[in-house]
Amino acid sequence: MSAAASAKRLGRLVVAVPYLWLVLFFLAPFAIVLRMAFSQSAMALPPYAPHWAGLGQIGDFLSQLDFENFRLLGDDALYWESYLYSLRIAGLTTIFALAIGYPLAYAMASAPSRWRGVLLVFVILPFWTSFLIRVYAWIGILRPEGLLDAGLSLLGIEGEPLRLLNTETAVLLGMVYSYLPFMVLPLFATLEKLDRGLLEAAADLGATPLKAFLTVTLPLSLPGVLAGSALVFIPAVGEFVIPDLLGGPDTNMIGKVLWNEFFSNRDWPLASAVAVVLLVVLVLPLVLLQRARLRREMAA
Amino acid sequence: MKKLGPGLILALILGFAFLYLPIVTLIAYSFNASRLVTVWGGFSLHWYGALMRNEPLLDAAWLSMRLGFVSATLATALGTLAALALARHGRFLGRTLFSGMVLAPLVMPEVVTGLSLLLLFVAVDVERGFWTVTAAHATFGLGFACIVVQSRLAGFDRSLEEAAQDLGATPFVTFWTVTLPLIWPAVAAAWMLAFTLSLDDLVIASFTTGPGATTLPMRLYSAVKLGVSPEINAACTIMIAAVAVVVIAASLLLKREQLNAG
Repeated sequence: MSAAASAKRLGRLVVAVPYLWLVLFFLAPFAIVLRMAFSQSAMALPPYAPHWAGLGQIGDFLSQLDFENFRLLGDDALYWESYLYSLRIAGLTTIFALAIGYPLAYAMASAPSRWRGVLLVFVILPFWTSFLIRVYAWIGILRPEGLLDAGLSLLGIEGEPLRLLNTETAVLLGMVYSYLPFMVLPLFATLEKLDRGLLEAAADLGATPLKAFLTVTLPLSLPGVLAGSALVFIPAVGEFVIPDLLGGPDTNMIGKVLWNEFFSNRDWPLASAVAVVLLVVLVLPLVLLQRARLRREMAA
Repeated sequence: MKKLGPGLILALILGFAFLYLPIVTLIAYSFNASRLVTVWGGFSLHWYGALMRNEPLLDAAWLSMRLGFVSATLATALGTLAALALARHGRFLGRTLFSGMVLAPLVMPEVVTGLSLLLLFVAVDVERGFWTVTAAHATFGLGFACIVVQSRLAGFDRSLEEAAQDLGATPFVTFWTVTLPLIWPAVAAAWMLAFTLSLDDLVIASFTTGPGATTLPMRLYSAVKLGVSPEINAACTIMIAAVAVVVIAASLLLKREQLNAG
């Protein structure tokens, strides 16, 4: 066997191994979820009616499709309200993370260069600690008689306990807190690369600092704003842990609905239908974002 | 370099206070002798002692470490191959599908990933436990590992590989003696990221696990559901300390390497 032929074989293997893994553990499960979403729930274990019967019977498959789950998702206000609610919370989280993250990233990027590395490590550090720990820390602060109440009474502000835990405010705080590093990192990356000479030029030409910021810095940092917003918004929509631990009965985000449908009600087909719609809801903004980026690149 | 204005210094202080205050309070109260969160009963290591006697929690921690080790190694190996495939094999059949599948887990909600993998494991009827969670975490970590390695391959001097091949090295020997040593920092970073993601994951593990394989986040989650306790604070403090040591050591090493290189 020639060296070239063996090189080619090795090259094929490099593609084939991860490819097969992903087909088995990503594509196949995804197909099963789709199939399941069109099935009826049954009280058997596994709790769904039509059994997986191989890929052959496409006609059978189509005739068995059952839109009942999706009809339920549309009819029952619980479901579509929680989709909308998830989008709202994710949107608010993105806005607050941007409002806190932008000044922070801007200050980091303006710091002397020998500080920047240290500051960067300290923004990343909380990201490496467990998600659960960070949410747990907020429970200790927000719960009745918790640290926030104790701190307020220490400052002489007496009154009713704030009862922030299990409210929307608590969910938002937890979300902004957990996702802030995802906003700061891309913002810092774009702001650091920004040519400071442009700002000096704007100042020389008579622009006030505010005007220079609005007409030079902000437009140039827009890619960072978009990247950071996407990194916060997308995982925030499907979030489960934060609304579950910090939220209450009214903070029904869709990730929590899916979890409950699966673990509490054991309705696997309905949970699958929730998952399919959730993916559609997520893919839509991604496609829009991609199109916006393409348009920008074409304009540039 | 200009000095930072007072506004920017304020932004730094407020931003970092927001990031660190919750963590600092959590650590402080793990040393509290009192069980009550609002009462400071003096410094005590009592809760760390209680933690050391908490067998279920220790078992879960040990399981999570093993699981993280195996799944991160798998994810890094597969992710490195995927990065090589995307960076070196220009066009191949189904390339778009492939890169889509690599990146999709990065944006997929965890509940969806967990649900879909569980349905797969039920459909093929495998016993759920350590290995199903490992496979799930490896799939999830693969995409992250691939991105990290890919960024290193992008700024890579191909002439070194070509020189090795001109001198008669087989592709495998070239990869082992030239490519891998050069992308090594990225491979190590990818492994650490995959390991942390595995150690941190509650949702995917809850879906794909079976009886007898309870991970640390699952154990912590059920404890947190019952309420705040200084013992959990102690467990969290140990985890935070471990992470802080590793991250700071890694960034110092990286800095030294950059200094050596530059």
